Amino acid sequence: MELKPLTKITIYSILSVAALFWLLPVLWVVISALKTNTDLYSYPPKLWPQPLTFEHFTAAFNKGNFGLYFKNSTIVTLSSTILLLLINSMAGFALAKYRFRGSSIILIGFISTLMIPIEVIMIPIFKVLSALGMYNSMLAIIIPPAATPTGVFLMRQYLLTVPDELLEAARMDGAGEWKIYWSIILPIAKPILAVLAIFSFMWRWDDFLWPLIAISDPAKYTIQLALSNFIGEYSVDWGSLLAMSVITMIPVLIVFLVFQRYFVSGMITSGMKG
Amino acid sequence: MSGGQSLNRKKQTGQTRKLAIAPYLFVLPNLLIFGVFIVIPSLLGLYYSFHVYDGLNPMKFNGLGNYIKIIGDKEFWTTIGRTGIYAAIVVPLIYAVALGIAMMLAREIRMRGLFRAIFYWPTMISFIIVGLTWKWIFGDSFGILNHMLTVIGVEPIGFLTSPFWANAAVIIATVWSRAGFFMVIFIAGLQAIPTDYYEAARLDGATGIKVFRHITLPLLKPTSLLVFMLALIDAFKAFPLMFALTGGGPGKETTYIVQYIYEIGFTKQELGLASAMSVMLFIIIGGFSALQFRMSKGGAV
Repeated sequence: MELKPLTKITIYSILSVAALFWLLPVLWVVISALKTNTDLYSYPPKLWPQPLTFEHFTAAFNKGNFGLYFKNSTIVTLSSTILLLLINSMAGFALAKYRFRGSSIILIGFISTLMIPIEVIMIPIFKVLSALGMYNSMLAIIIPPAATPTGVFLMRQYLLTVPDELLEAARMDGAGEWKIYWSIILPIAKPILAVLAIFSFMWRWDDFLWPLIAISDPAKYTIQLALSNFIGEYSVDWGSLLAMSVITMIPVLIVFLVFQRYFVSGMITSGMKG
Repeated sequence: MSGGQSLNRKKQTGQTRKLAIAPYLFVLPNLLIFGVFIVIPSLLGLYYSFHVYDGLNPMKFNGLGNYIKIIGDKEFWTTIGRTGIYAAIVVPLIYAVALGIAMMLAREIRMRGLFRAIFYWPTMISFIIVGLTWKWIFGDSFGILNHMLTVIGVEPIGFLTSPFWANAAVIIATVWSRAGFFMVIFIAGLQAIPTDYYEAARLDGATGIKVFRHITLPLLKPTSLLVFMLALIDAFKAFPLMFALTGGGPGKETTYIVQYIYEIGFTKQELGLASAMSVMLFIIIGGFSALQFRMSKGGAV
């Protein structure tokens, strides 16, 4: 549909103003992080850092222990994502391609766990983690969140389209079930695995509630936990805090820029946050 | 001949047996994790909710005591009410902003991809950093916003110290961080509407608002419902953003239900009471989820 010039101008104006509102907050954080401490708190605020400095970034790593938190977050995010892809694709495969007793009950069970968000069970989860000896260990934020109903459901829907003949043929050739999963199903599922991987990366990297419940030892803090802890401190060191925020956003920004189109399609098929 | 047949049969029964076990093994890891970390905690929480329990001393059965206590707890209802008001403002706002932007970006305009990326990007940032970002802007003594207000001759506002403005700050930050997510869902919904409808409407002389009211909105109903419910559930789970932006303050002004349960459970160590509150939260959120699930016929978008 061709747009009238006037409509076009109106749309562009509204969009530009809105886009500015969406861009400026993050830009302001980035600019502020590059200021010296004197400039950071100077009044009236300087719009541009003069001189430009990376002192807050180095301070975050040297004094703020940020390297450790960054490492912890990386370990948690990567291992949880790999685990998620593995076990969710396994379950999705079973539910899509086998007829077995209880399969529909299992599927309904999986989906209905969507209704129980961690917010609702955070108190007993703490007890379960303690009873298993997992409290205050990285495993507590790697393993439990790796099983997501969203992931199982997406995998199942995707694998339903795989023809049964393909599996039958492989069985005739003597392939075992695991081999079928590993060398036929996984390669076929690559596109949906990619979508899930991106989402899992974001969920785990950004997560706050799981680490908050499961971790008390500062040496095991993830970035989000460390940041929230710094805010609570008596005197907030905004310089380091802003620098850490900027660094924390970079991996997500990269993932976002590289996989933008997957995000959009993944969002539309999943439509939820896990 | 017969030997070959029996061998074949043997091979077949071996295969069927494998076929029978394999699916269970494939679902086992997920089943185990769901069982241990969702099902057991859920049952445990329900069990706690009928007990007095501080996490250290033995549990004491309390019947409906916790629930009766909650019914009489003014602060609980204030918190629920506050969460409800927050949801009642934030959900329609997110809905309108996301739909408005989506309608502009569903058209053939230049730089569409760039605009979409700009609006979507904040949904990728953690709530902690969203909160921090806006705290840096709204900050009473150091925030840029108050400086800009003084430049145009307005008295500085205690954004994070005034109850009203702290809530407004939380709402602005929420809309900012979530609108892009729902924008994408709306764009998909809008693009699924066949263009014939619009052409027919135009031939009938319908324009602008009329087309929107009689074509776009009705055909967008499933998408609208999904967005509305997801945003509503999100609103009742809100916590990390406020934790970073206002800390739940000033006073308790921006303490919503999840933070309240967290405080009762972990700070005050009243696990039984907090569990009973969690059950109430589950009824609210589970109710919304079930409603959405039923109306969208199975969760598929």
